[in-house]
Amino acid sequence: MLSDITIGQFFPGKSIVHRLDPRAKILLVIAFIILLFVVRNPVSFVLIGIFLAVIYIVAKIPARAIWRGVKPILPLILFTSILNLFFVDGEPLVKWWIFKITAEGISVAVLMAVRIVCLIIGSLLLTYTTSPIALTDAIERLLKPLKVIRFPVHEMAMMMTIALRFIPTLLEETDKIMSAQKARGADLETGSIIRRAKALIPILIPLFVSAFRRAEDLALAMECRCYRGGEGRTRMKQLHFSHLDGISAVATGVVFVAAVLLDVFLPKII
Amino acid sequence: MAIIKTEHLTHLYGTGTPFEKAAIRDVNLEIEEGELVGVIGHTGSGKSTLIQHLNGLLKPTSGHIYIDGTDIFESVQILQKTRFKVGLVFQYPEYQLFEETVEKDIAFGPKNLGFTEEQVKEAVSHAMECVGLSDAFRKKSPFELSGGQKRRVAIAGVIAMRPKVLILDEPTAGLDPKGRDTILNLISDYHRAEKNTVLLVSHSMEDVAKYCSKVLVMNQGHVFSYGTVAETFSRADEIEQIGLAVPQVTRLFSALAKEGYEAGEEVYTIVRAKEILLEKFLQKGGA
Ligand SMILES: Nc1ncnc2c1ncn2[C@@H]1O[C@H](COP(=O)(O)OP(=O)(O)OP(=O)(O)O)[C@@H](O)[C@H]1O
Ligand SMILES: [Mg+2]
Repeated sequence: MLSDITIGQFFPGKSIVHRLDPRAKILLVIAFIILLFVVRNPVSFVLIGIFLAVIYIVAKIPARAIWRGVKPILPLILFTSILNLFFVDGEPLVKWWIFKITAEGISVAVLMAVRIVCLIIGSLLLTYTTSPIALTDAIERLLKPLKVIRFPVHEMAMMMTIALRFIPTLLEETDKIMSAQKARGADLETGSIIRRAKALIPILIPLFVSAFRRAEDLALAMECRCYRGGEGRTRMKQLHFSHLDGISAVATGVVFVAAVLLDVFLPKII
Repeated sequence: MAIIKTEHLTHLYGTGTPFEKAAIRDVNLEIEEGELVGVIGHTGSGKSTLIQHLNGLLKPTSGHIYIDGTDIFESVQILQKTRFKVGLVFQYPEYQLFEETVEKDIAFGPKNLGFTEEQVKEAVSHAMECVGLSDAFRKKSPFELSGGQKRRVAIAGVIAMRPKVLILDEPTAGLDPKGRDTILNLISDYHRAEKNTVLLVSHSMEDVAKYCSKVLVMNQGHVFSYGTVAETFSRADEIEQIGLAVPQVTRLFSALAKEGYEAGEEVYTIVRAKEILLEKFLQKGGA
């Protein structure tokens, strides 16, 4: 069923990771991504792996969730690895026709694969432990300085919030319309590509009609409650940095610095 | 032989997630051909889930469904045929309309069935007649109709497929009293004319008592009772205990009986109530 697609992958919880300020989490994830592309040493990656594992355990996210997040990008990982495998210069280990595999190629391929996997697992942590609404809230706050150059920060954030709010609703609606048309004998699964594209019309039109209707209703409801953009708007949920954020930032910082130092001082492999 | 039969039908939503929930549990049913069955039950009692099994849109977690004696999940072909044999009108069916004209929208189902052009035409005319839409509506866009008219178009879209069993999920939801009466009368007329089996999900005991021959009461995913209107309302106390209301006239007459005014029978509909009042009580009083 459509609703099995997990877009709001939020795992509600009360762990330390959940309670961190979403802004702190976003900044830490950005730092983490930079770190991933700075270090090259296997020992550093082992440290990073342990670090991730500890956070996942603290946040009580099941291992299944990690696999579910990584699975969809496996083809991408495979693709980059294969490219790296064949197109990195160096002393060839195996040679066949125009293809050659080098030791450097193998290590670069493995490095890239590990990097991407760590990247996904690390950033999933953010969406797994932060509600989408808190996330857009934090993005709005972090991007606030851009208002100076007239970037519509509030409007962007409001659009994101609304989109996130309506994704499950629209999925449910799609499900319902699909069932209704199937009950009228619509065949959505078989036939040529053109036939299948045509079969989408009875689903897309009602879906659009209802999406526009919803949008109108929502606009009306917002207007009735005197919504008039971000100017002078106060918030129900204020974001505050706490000691918890400071402590986790320091702890994370220590791990990151350790990873970089290990990378600098251990003998280079790649 | 029962036209619809279910054996130990169970459906779980969200299997394997923390949100796993049994929507219906161990449902055993036998519905005879030609009945007009009212399906009634609390919000969340599993009515919609149950009826979506009957034409194979939902696959049971366990159990079997037999239509005309064949297990509908026996093969893909049988499942496909069942979809056509059992016509299902969803709740708020007007949101599934998509064609430019009423006529074309109603023809969608019959075309999917592989009817010839001639048969499609005939089916559309017949269906429009059944739901009381005049020829003036043929070329109109379904989007410019009123809510009640849209709903009739949507119902016609399913009737046009000439199903042996017609199932309607709360066809009167969100309509005004007049629109409700119109739709229910149309369904009742359709049932009488076609002699088909019709299942009608409803929240109104009054409507069920007035139009249906049998009543299926669902409670928390179980079948609470299945029987004639009289059989069902003879368990009025139990029905009220599970949070459903018996028709108001029935309550009125049981109150009258306590005061010594015996009607001599159970009363479920306003029409019958009026007759009894005129015949028995008012005559005596000489009013
Ligand atoms: N797609 C779904 N995913 C998960 N749970 C569902 C889904 N659809 C229904 N349920 C649950 O199954 C139970 C039965 O739902 P169902 O829609 O069959 O009830 P109903 O009797 O039709 O109610 P109503 O009178 O409100 O239409 C409910 O508790 C509901 O929360
Ligand atoms: Mg329902």
